[in-house]
Amino acid sequence: MPDTQPNLTKPAPASAPTTPTSSPVSEHVTLRVKDFNAWYGDYQALHNITLNIPSQRVTSLIGPSGCGKSTFLRWINRMNDLVANARAQGVMQLDKDDVLDRAFDVVELRRRVGMVFQKPNPFPKSIYENIAFGPRLHKHFHRSDLDALVEQSLRAAAIWDEVKDRLHNSALGLSGGQQQRLCIARAIAVGPEVLLMDEPCSALDPRSTASVEALIRELRQTFTIVVVTHNMQQAARVSDLTAFFFEGKLIEAGPTDGMFTNPKNKQTEDYVTGRFG
Amino acid sequence: MSGISLRTKRIVKNRAFLALCLFSTSATILILALLIASIMAQGSHFLFNSDALGAVFAHGELSQLTKIIRWDFLTNFASRFPEKAGIYAAMIGSMWVCAICALLALPLGIGTAIYLEEFAPKNRWTALIDFNIRNLAGVPSIVYGILGLTAFTRMFGLFGSDKNSALSFDPDDAWWHIQFPFGQGLLAGGLTLMLVVLPIVIISSREALRAVPSSLRQASLAIGATKWQTASKITLPAAIPSILTGAILAMSRAMGEAAPLLVLGIPVFIANTPDNLNDNFTVLPFQIFNWAGRPQESFHQLAASAIVVLLIVLICFNGVAVYLRQKLRKPLA
Repeated sequence: MPDTQPNLTKPAPASAPTTPTSSPVSEHVTLRVKDFNAWYGDYQALHNITLNIPSQRVTSLIGPSGCGKSTFLRWINRMNDLVANARAQGVMQLDKDDVLDRAFDVVELRRRVGMVFQKPNPFPKSIYENIAFGPRLHKHFHRSDLDALVEQSLRAAAIWDEVKDRLHNSALGLSGGQQQRLCIARAIAVGPEVLLMDEPCSALDPRSTASVEALIRELRQTFTIVVVTHNMQQAARVSDLTAFFFEGKLIEAGPTDGMFTNPKNKQTEDYVTGRFG
Repeated sequence: MSGISLRTKRIVKNRAFLALCLFSTSATILILALLIASIMAQGSHFLFNSDALGAVFAHGELSQLTKIIRWDFLTNFASRFPEKAGIYAAMIGSMWVCAICALLALPLGIGTAIYLEEFAPKNRWTALIDFNIRNLAGVPSIVYGILGLTAFTRMFGLFGSDKNSALSFDPDDAWWHIQFPFGQGLLAGGLTLMLVVLPIVIISSREALRAVPSSLRQASLAIGATKWQTASKITLPAAIPSILTGAILAMSRAMGEAAPLLVLGIPVFIANTPDNLNDNFTVLPFQIFNWAGRPQESFHQLAASAIVVLLIVLICFNGVAVYLRQKLRKPLA
């Protein structure tokens, strides 16, 4: 359903609450990965990954440390370009565009694929400037349009009510959970299709974690979300689909319910039941 | 028994170390105090008017307050009569040269730092440049003077001599009048001092940029900023307070240099302030050097007075640097 993809001026109707069960089944695939291999120098970090990531679903990537899930995530928006000896081979398609094509503009890719990091990393600027930074990079805005966009983005990230009276205060004065939701709002503001989250709650306390998880479930209405997590309860709580990575290979992928209750693979079972990892 | 003596030993060692540290700290402060006291004692004659001092402090005549300082020391040109000598030309020359040095060294140095920190690939070539810059920072400044003499004062003899220039830009009376070679003019001095402080500016700016957490760069790149947008809108603004602190300290170094300008052969006796970028000049440290080298006691007193002025200027520079460090530096994460 490409018509529901958000555009820059109308980022998210996500503030309307809906129950997860009422969302229609979507067969549309946003990210298509086939025979994907990745290396750091001579070390092969990922082996023959084939995975389809559906639109407007939360897909979580789980697995023990060093299994390649973060590497996989960082190839989707090509953050791995910053690593000098990182290279990849295979198919990775965002809609019809080839992500790995060197001619594909990485700036455009990163506008369409937003990222939220493990540790909240707001800019040392005001809350308003944090949100406005991204949109301004891509397009010239009139002041009132920008104000509206900032408000929409903050509302979509469920943080508007907490910050509306101090938009021009430093973002560093917010709590960890608020900072992380601000970072999500910052990613939303440029109108992406996909949101990548690299262990978005691992630096947060339980209450902040709950608020960010609730937000992830809500954002699913609008965005295709890929979450890397170490926390299996979290994967079970927030995601529709789960992919289990182990030693650079994709062991098993499927609906989250099935993965946790009835895993097909022995390694998956051992991992989700906490026998290793 | 042995346990107790061990414990006593430890306590004694602790006290001895504390005493040693206190001794070295107080020795440093004592030396500094002695230095300032001896310079003030020597230099007070030309800085303060003893009659006015007596009038104000002994008789309470506040009308004499502004006469305490001998302003003519600051407003007179150099002279062969000590009582008439002043540091006006040297102060103006120092300001000019520092301004030129800052205008050249800061953009070049900060630009180099941004390239090396934010853009340069981490390879052998970059490592070589890095190694060289670190070495250049340790080169004695008089060596830069020799380079300045060849490259700026004489320009390798390419444009004739200073007095018989082959290439000059008229009109002669405009402040921006330039002729090649630069001779002993302001541009030669400013460029030579630029050579001295450039490695310092580069190194301090690089350290300032490196202190910006890389998570901020990642955040910026991840919402589609280019490397340049990230450097100019996120990294540089976050590093500016530290960069400015380093820049000011580099400028105070330039302000205090005499050796490289000595090699250029700048004059010490100047009866006018510089009219254009090629005009002759002198600077405070050089004036001090010259006065201190004369046999008469009065000139030594003049040198001490000029040192007091130079110290006050440098303390102001460092004060501004400390202020910037305290006030402008915000937490970054």
